[in-house]
Amino acid sequence: MTITEKILAGHTNKKEVVPGDFILADVDLALGNDITAPTAIEEFKKAGGKKVFDPEKIVLVPDHFSPAKDLESARLAKRLKLFARKHKIAHYYELGRMGIEHALIPEQGLVSPGNLVVGADSHTCTYGALGAFSAGIGSTDLAAAFITGKCWFKVPETIKLVYYGKLPKWVSGKDLILHTIGDIGVDGAHYKAMEFTGEVIKNLAMDSRLTMCNMAIEAGAKNGIIAPDEITYEYLHSPLSTLHSLFKSDPGANYAEVREYDVSKIEPQVAFPPLPSNSKPISRVGRVLIDQVVIGSCTNGRISDLRTAASIMKGKEVKVRTIIIPATQKIYLQALKEGLIETFIKANCVVSTPTCGPCLGGHMGVLAEDEVCISTTNRNFVGRMGSPKSKVYLSNPAVAAASAIKGRIAGPGK
Amino acid sequence: MRMQSKGRVWKFGNNINTDEIIPAKYLVTSDEKELGRHCLEDVNPEFPGRVKKGDIIVAGENFGCGSSREHAALAIKGAGISCVIAKSFARIFLRNCINIGLPIIEKDIFRFCKENNLLSIDFKKGIIENLSQKKKFTMDKFPQFIQEIIQNGGLMKWVKKNIR
Ligand code: SF4
Repeated sequence: MTITEKILAGHTNKKEVVPGDFILADVDLALGNDITAPTAIEEFKKAGGKKVFDPEKIVLVPDHFSPAKDLESARLAKRLKLFARKHKIAHYYELGRMGIEHALIPEQGLVSPGNLVVGADSHTCTYGALGAFSAGIGSTDLAAAFITGKCWFKVPETIKLVYYGKLPKWVSGKDLILHTIGDIGVDGAHYKAMEFTGEVIKNLAMDSRLTMCNMAIEAGAKNGIIAPDEITYEYLHSPLSTLHSLFKSDPGANYAEVREYDVSKIEPQVAFPPLPSNSKPISRVGRVLIDQVVIGSCTNGRISDLRTAASIMKGKEVKVRTIIIPATQKIYLQALKEGLIETFIKANCVVSTPTCGPCLGGHMGVLAEDEVCISTTNRNFVGRMGSPKSKVYLSNPAVAAASAIKGRIAGPGK
Repeated sequence: MRMQSKGRVWKFGNNINTDEIIPAKYLVTSDEKELGRHCLEDVNPEFPGRVKKGDIIVAGENFGCGSSREHAALAIKGAGISCVIAKSFARIFLRNCINIGLPIIEKDIFRFCKENNLLSIDFKKGIIENLSQKKKFTMDKFPQFIQEIIQNGGLMKWVKKNIR
């Protein structure tokens, strides 16, 4: 079996599962945010739910429109808070402790290798980077999980993606995943698991792994996954698990497809609007003038992303509006201690408290008609960041920072 | 859900997205009947007015792609559609249909159906029959508990029954 199949089987009473099987599985963690959880809470009440299955296994994060941007979003966040209070939800994150859910949950150590995590948010696939099975679900699914602690799945086939060669400077997990999505397309992994492997992944830092799994959904995948190893356990501050071998694919596992990439040929990527699959190497981007730069989100708002951006902006000034959003309070504080925040402010950037904000065109940097933005987020769909007539390009933090300095899309150089 | 369904075919192509199934401007309600009155109106303006209870949607690839909003599945159910048969469904849309108790079948019969053909589906036997063209197809049946969810009218009703 593949690692995905093993984890799924391990959460049922079955010894083995094969792709196509429908299963009812126990969940280790169920996640909702200020947009999706209110609907789930409603369904929970309608079904006569009195108690949640386990207050320790539910996570509620108001991150999309917080701090509340208007009355409507204040009401949504309030419903989350009241539900969390009533049911004594252990992992409810009030402003001040909050962060973008997919950055916060791994950081808080809430996910371990081999876990099964569901979340009413499509980027729940991020935690695959920790060797967990993790997938986005609907609000009704979440309501049912709140009550029963279970969720049904169709066991996915797996695509194995093998990365080898020497990673060039400035090329990160973001570039590998943009390149891969560009290769297989936005439905290239439809319903499937994307298993990232190879010598490059083995040496890849956790932040980059999280970025790659985060964007598995952009290829239509159900989950992205990386077998846990030393880097995983180091990140989790826990000793190498004795269960370790359970969480990797068998040598004879069946794959729907295997693809290999020589990363030494991959340049920093830029995904042109309106699809994450429209990726091009930076050398072939041409002249694209920009109005805004966003560095943040559950894709690239982690400390290493901010370090990269600051290293490029140090002692310089940006030419266009540049918004920097550390993904969690902890990252924010770390950036402050390291002097990164000072670098950004001296470079004339705006630094915000953790929020999804501009990533989904919510607040904190919405685009007007015909404005162009380069962003380290994960989606560049029509109207994603504001007006349907605005445009979003996706890149890694190095390219975004270099572009901010130049006022047009540019590579970070040598 | 009845174990049989019979109705006329409405055909839709590939990549029908959730915005086409129910435009965002109608999302202020989650009443399925109300949503049904605007279902697929941008793709086929005749559909909401003329669809009859029991009718069947036959579509191509990736039906229901786009956002994860449950309103899309509700709108189709509210319009009176008894089953959607598509070559493939977008992942979260497929979940949502099952969760709200809307029968769906993943099967490529697009080429073998004309608009307005009469179809009959026997969910128990796993057979789809095009009565107008006298053609039969077999379908993969959902496993027991997924069938139960659909038969109970959705996931929450099933949960309610199973937590007592
Ligand atoms: S940062 Fe963007 S993609 Fe990530 S959870 Fe927030 S809105 Fe979704």
